[in-house]
This record gives sequence, structure tokens and C-alpha cells, in this order.
Amino acid sequence: MTSCPPKLHSLADLRELQRSMATALMSPLTRDDALRASFKDSAQALIQPRAKLDSFDRLEIYARQYWFRLLDCLYDDYPGLRALLGERRFHQLSRAYLAAHPSESWTMRNLGRHLEAFIREQPKLTGTKQRIAIDVARFEWAQVLAFDEAALKPLNIDKLLGSDPATFTLKLQPHVSLLALDHAIDDWFIAVRNTEHVSRSETSNARIESRALTKTKRVPLPKLQKLWLVVHRSGTDIYFKRLDREAWLLLHSLSEGKTLLTAIESALADATFDRDWSAQVREWFQSWAALGWFTH
Amino acid sequence: MHNTSFPNLGVGIGLRVPHYRHILEKKPVCDWFEIISENFMVDGGRPLAVLDQILEQYRVVQHGVSMYFGNADPINREHLKKLKRLVKRTNTPWLSDHLCWGSVNGRYSHDLLPIPYTMSVAKHTAQKIRQAQDFLEVPICVENVSSYAEFKQNEMTEWEFLSEVVERADCGILLDVNNIYVSSQNHDFDPFDYLRAVPHHRVGQIHIAGHRRYDDIILDTHDHPVPDPEWALYAEAIQHCGHVSTLLEWDDRIPSFDEVHNEALKANQFIHDHDLVPA
Ligand SMILES: [Fe+2]
Repeated sequence: MTSCPPKLHSLADLRELQRSMATALMSPLTRDDALRASFKDSAQALIQPRAKLDSFDRLEIYARQYWFRLLDCLYDDYPGLRALLGERRFHQLSRAYLAAHPSESWTMRNLGRHLEAFIREQPKLTGTKQRIAIDVARFEWAQVLAFDEAALKPLNIDKLLGSDPATFTLKLQPHVSLLALDHAIDDWFIAVRNTEHVSRSETSNARIESRALTKTKRVPLPKLQKLWLVVHRSGTDIYFKRLDREAWLLLHSLSEGKTLLTAIESALADATFDRDWSAQVREWFQSWAALGWFTH
Repeated sequence: MHNTSFPNLGVGIGLRVPHYRHILEKKPVCDWFEIISENFMVDGGRPLAVLDQILEQYRVVQHGVSMYFGNADPINREHLKKLKRLVKRTNTPWLSDHLCWGSVNGRYSHDLLPIPYTMSVAKHTAQKIRQAQDFLEVPICVENVSSYAEFKQNEMTEWEFLSEVVERADCGILLDVNNIYVSSQNHDFDPFDYLRAVPHHRVGQIHIAGHRRYDDIILDTHDHPVPDPEWALYAEAIQHCGHVSTLLEWDDRIPSFDEVHNEALKANQFIHDHDLVPA
């Protein structure tokens, strides 16, 4: 590691100073939430000591502030994962995740973007609950999207019905997520939510102290069950909607840019003949269009 | 730029989620609200729906936390475009952000980190403020931050740096008297020296807030009423700067709307006292 220049002559020097400080702030704290002793030299090269606090102590304030602020954000955005793993384990997962994936966005809203992938890559961190944790992380990220992604101009149902299915394609609204899950996460999440107040975090310019661990009431683990789910927004509220497997497959194909005809054919490839599928498909489209899920 | 570019809106408070319901249902009298831009730089959903309702009733000024004028990295164009969309929505009379840095090589601290106070960094910072101001087409005020560290590389005081930057950028100052007080305690300087040295005609807005005192340091927590020594600084600021839009920030352990608003309205007493002093 190059040390910080004692005098700043150029933009490159400023960058070096900032890189040096950011490296200290973003590297994991010790178990006691202290800055690692290996940053003593960096601190001395950067920061003026004063009577009350030396260089290291001052750098440590910023390091702690960095970690507590980002941990708080995950804490607020992942109440389900927190309930599933317990406070302590969730905290460990969050620290490991942030060490591997520092924020790469001006908004903390995107902080959990890689969490599902990280849980897959690091099975030890969630142990026997890994499969459920993956489902919960996906479900909660979908809620982040449903909260404030765009609702574009919805597609008119008449336009859809009057189209040529062999060529017609459409898009799903950015706030709509399609999730194929292996556990009944929706019911479980509602039970968890009822045990504590849940709200999305928002940016403020003062976030200083570590949050005390709180006890959450245990909710039984979610049942093993194949779930075809849509997470979306209606008005300003977030909703979860269970679909039939065929309906979900149809939407999924459409979201991948398949034509209406191809999407319907592939969704119904394994369908049984005991239902009037054409009436069913029409009914689906009517309800989805009414929810405003389609756009151009 | 002169503080005539920044109309005096009176005494306002920061718009915060716990007060949404009260504000939308009761429509209390409040001169103006300051919003954190980043909370509304989204593409849809509740934040924008709430904002639009607020805009129907109230004057709103945007305050940002992520422009990072002091970054070595160049200004983020995509970020500026998003910000400009919001500026068009709110019709903000000016826009503020901090005199700080916060990210490097694409990694974000989400903090307001102090800048090394040197002439070359002042020039660089001023140039970025000018770029933002030109692009956004709205006057910018830069805010002094609370800090817990000073760089060994510093070649001037914070107030000299602030003055240098705003003169070069030809922009306004959001003078945070809480931040001056917090930094003066953490770095052993006289806050009144700071207050007297800045170009008063450029002060477009004042922030007041509470902080928390620990054994060795004062942290800028925005979770308390404004303490007396800070009101003394505020009174002096008003003497120098005249009637300036004043805003109370309360971000944590937020009490009721009325409690926050009443704390802010204490500022009127100092404004009134200033008016009684013969010119
Ligand atoms: Fe402030």
C-alpha cells in the first residue's frame, strides 16, 4: 500500500489521500468495533492529532460511522432475513457482505443488490438455512424495487387484445418482480412483519451510533412449498400475489421479450386438458392489464 | 452571486418520514420545508407521491448529501441528470449540498468527509460546483460540515477554504452554525472567528441542529434541541448576514412535528432582536 503524500500538489495526490482514507474506513472493524491497528501509519500520515484524541482515534470515528451507517441500512431493508437468521447471525452476514461488496452507488437503496448472490457463494454464513435465506433475500430485494421503481405508461388492454400474437411483445413494469420460490415466504413474511414495525430506510446526513441488538419474536420457519409469486406496487403500496404456475411462466416469457404466441405456447406446454385455457388466458391478461403490469 | 439570489423564506424544518401523516392530514403552517434530494431521486412510488402532495401546499428547498464536490473523481453526469429532473419537479429556488468528499474510485462512504484545505483542492472543488451550477441552472449553496479530523496536508483554515471556494465558484453558502460549533469544539478554534471570516453576503441559508457531546468529541447527531451556545452563534450570524432563510435539522429520535417546529421557531426571537438593533 502506498502511503499518503505529505503535501498535495496535484489531483492525483488528492485521489491518493482519499483512496488511503477510504481504504481504512471500508476495511472490516475488529470484533470490538475498533479500527484495525494496521491503519496506525495511515492515520498518522493523514490526520492531525489534538490533545483529546490522536490521529488513529479520529480516523476510527469515521470508520465506525461508515460501518454503522451501512449496517443500519441492511438492517432496515432486510427485516425478513434478520428474523430468519436471528440478529447475531444476520449481523455477521451483513458485515461479511459489506466487506465483499462495498457500496457502488450514490444511494444506499442499492446496497442489497448482490446479497442473494453472496448468500449463494458463502453457504457457511447461513448454514442450514441457506435455501430459505436465498428466497427471503430475493423477496426483500423485490420489495426494494417495488417501493420506488418506475410505473411507466400502462399498455391499453384493447391494444393487447387486437394485436397479432405471433409478433406482439410487451414489457413488464420496472416495479414488478417475478419470483419462483421454494418456500411459502409471503405468508411467513407477513407473520414476521406483524411482530415488529418495518419501514424502509431513508437517507439522512447523520447516522452515528451502532444499533443495539433487539430480540425479535420467533416465527416458525416458512413451509417448503413451490411458490409462483409476483411482487409489485399498486398506488403507493407493495403487494405480493400468488399465481398459477402457467400464469407465472407466461409472464416470465413475456418479460424475456418472447412474443405473445411463443409465451403462451411455452407456458402451456405441460398443461393438462381439463381447463378451458383460452378463457383462462384471456382472464389473466384482463386482470394483469387492470393492475397496470404491462407497458411498451 | 449575492444573497439577493436567495430569497428569505423564513423559518422551516427538514421534511422527515415520521411527520408525513401529520403534515398531509393537518396541513400545519410552516414557512418552508427542506427535503433531502436523494430520498426523492427515484423513479416512482410513495416518495414522489408524498412529495407532490407537499408541493401543492408548501415551499420546498432541496438539500443534497451525495454531490461530493470535494471528490477527486469527476462529477457524476447521470447523478446530475437525475437531480435536475427533481429540480424541475420541486421548482427549488436554490439547491444545497456539502463542502465535502464521499467516494473514490467508484466506492461510496455515504458520509460527509472533510476535504484537505489547500489552494489546489479549493480550485478543483470550485470548478466542480460551477459545473453543477451551470448544468442544473439553479443557484447552489455549499454547506460547511461537522468534522472529527483535520488533515496534516491542510494549508489553510476551514473558513479560509470555504471563502476561497465560494468566491471562485461564485456560489452561495449554507452556513450550518451547528457544524461550526461542533468542529470548533473538536479542533479547538473559536467559532466566532469562523463566523466573522466568511463572506456574509454569500450566505443564502442557515442550518441549526442539535448534537451530542461525548468525553472527547462532539458528534453531529441531529437528535437534540439546539443548545444555548449555538443560539448565541446564530444570533451573531443574523447580525452579520441579516434575514436569511433558517432551517432546523432533526434526523434521529425525531419528536412530534409541533415539537420540532417550535424549536425552529425560537429562531424568530433572534431575528426580532436583530431588527430592534438600530442600523
Ligand atoms: Fe446541516
